[in-house]
Amino acid sequence: MATITASVYTSHVPAIGAAMDLGKTQEDYWKPLFAGYEFSRRWMRDHKPDVVLLVYNDHATAFSLDMIPTFAIGTAAQYRPADEGYGARPVPVVKGHPELASHIAQSVIQQDFDLTIVNKMDVDHGLTVPLSLMCGEQDPATGSWPCPVIPFAVNVVQYPVPSGQRCFNLGQAIRKAIESYDEDLKVQIWGTGGMSHQLQGARAGLINREWDNRWLDQLINDPVACARIPHIEYVREAGSEGIELVMWLIARGAMSDIQEGRVVGPAPKLRHRFYHVPASNTAVGHAILENS
Amino acid sequence: MALDKPYLNVPGTIIFDAEQSRKGYWLNQFCMSLMRPENRTRFKADERAYLDEWEMTDEQKLAVLARDLNWCIRTGGNIYFLAKIGATDGLSFQQMAGSMTGMTEEEYRNMMLRGGRSVEGNRYVGEDGDAQAHRQPQGSAFKKH
Repeated sequence: MATITASVYTSHVPAIGAAMDLGKTQEDYWKPLFAGYEFSRRWMRDHKPDVVLLVYNDHATAFSLDMIPTFAIGTAAQYRPADEGYGARPVPVVKGHPELASHIAQSVIQQDFDLTIVNKMDVDHGLTVPLSLMCGEQDPATGSWPCPVIPFAVNVVQYPVPSGQRCFNLGQAIRKAIESYDEDLKVQIWGTGGMSHQLQGARAGLINREWDNRWLDQLINDPVACARIPHIEYVREAGSEGIELVMWLIARGAMSDIQEGRVVGPAPKLRHRFYHVPASNTAVGHAILENS
Repeated sequence: MALDKPYLNVPGTIIFDAEQSRKGYWLNQFCMSLMRPENRTRFKADERAYLDEWEMTDEQKLAVLARDLNWCIRTGGNIYFLAKIGATDGLSFQQMAGSMTGMTEEEYRNMMLRGGRSVEGNRYVGEDGDAQAHRQPQGSAFKKH
């Protein structure tokens, strides 16, 4: 049986990828940020999963305004890093896991979540920056990511986006799907994006350190309450792009202390937590939770 | 019956909802085309001619030519699409975001290094925070519109 061993939460700021690609990680501006991921890279090497299900949002890359799926799962064998206007990031192609991905699609749709199935797409910084942060620099030609990755894209670009509650419920459905897969696979689920940031208008540059940290406390310790936070609170308190945080609730909902929308067991073990301002326009948050 | 849009009273913020998306369809699709290097080259060679290939409104074209992202957003643009224009110009997301505040690049960067913009006074239209309409522009960059 496949199991979810851990969940990882991290922001996916594009400038972090650029800092790594351009060899700037030891500059004063970036050093404290990358120091916050040193533990995580060691942890990743010591707890190498067989598959990562990576929840992220596409930033008008694979999905234009022609089609905007609310939830989309990648069932392809591989995904190329996208050209977002600067040329593609020099990172390895992302290998998928078509068998597990199709199994999850079938199971989750049968649990009443309407997933869009994607067999061909490029992946943008939303997916590749978390991989770079957790796995370190990889040569685009000779290097590779440590395991297959299933991209799981959530629309947080065009409103209305799915609610935190729906994301939390979806996480529970994904866990059931993974646990009904026969092969013994260790699966990690990652929730990415956030934390507070706003990239538009006169309010651009908004950061709310207190709210971010209270929200992260709640995500870890009282996820049921965290899931009830309405969209408008994210927008008002964490900026228009802070809404990306609903994606973290998918990963949290997939942890084994949650059953039928309630907490039924001890909280997962918090292995690491980190918060840093700024990375470009954004507050960076990061946590690792292990199922016991 | 009116739809529930509780986000209309957030200052300095236009939420990209279905209505904005419909207004901005061609503007945003033009932006998507800049993900191909050959289109970036053609756009840079003759911006107006390239824009005229798209069913955008004149106002949207002028907003793009002026590189006024606030104006683009008012006409239905979304920042993740508009970012392709900035990328074509070789700008970072920080430069693009800062350009919408009236601050110079250095002023905006320094604000972020000091911990970013405070939410105090910036939650509701009518408060007195630095993102409120009566306090624009915020910095010493030339205000175009």
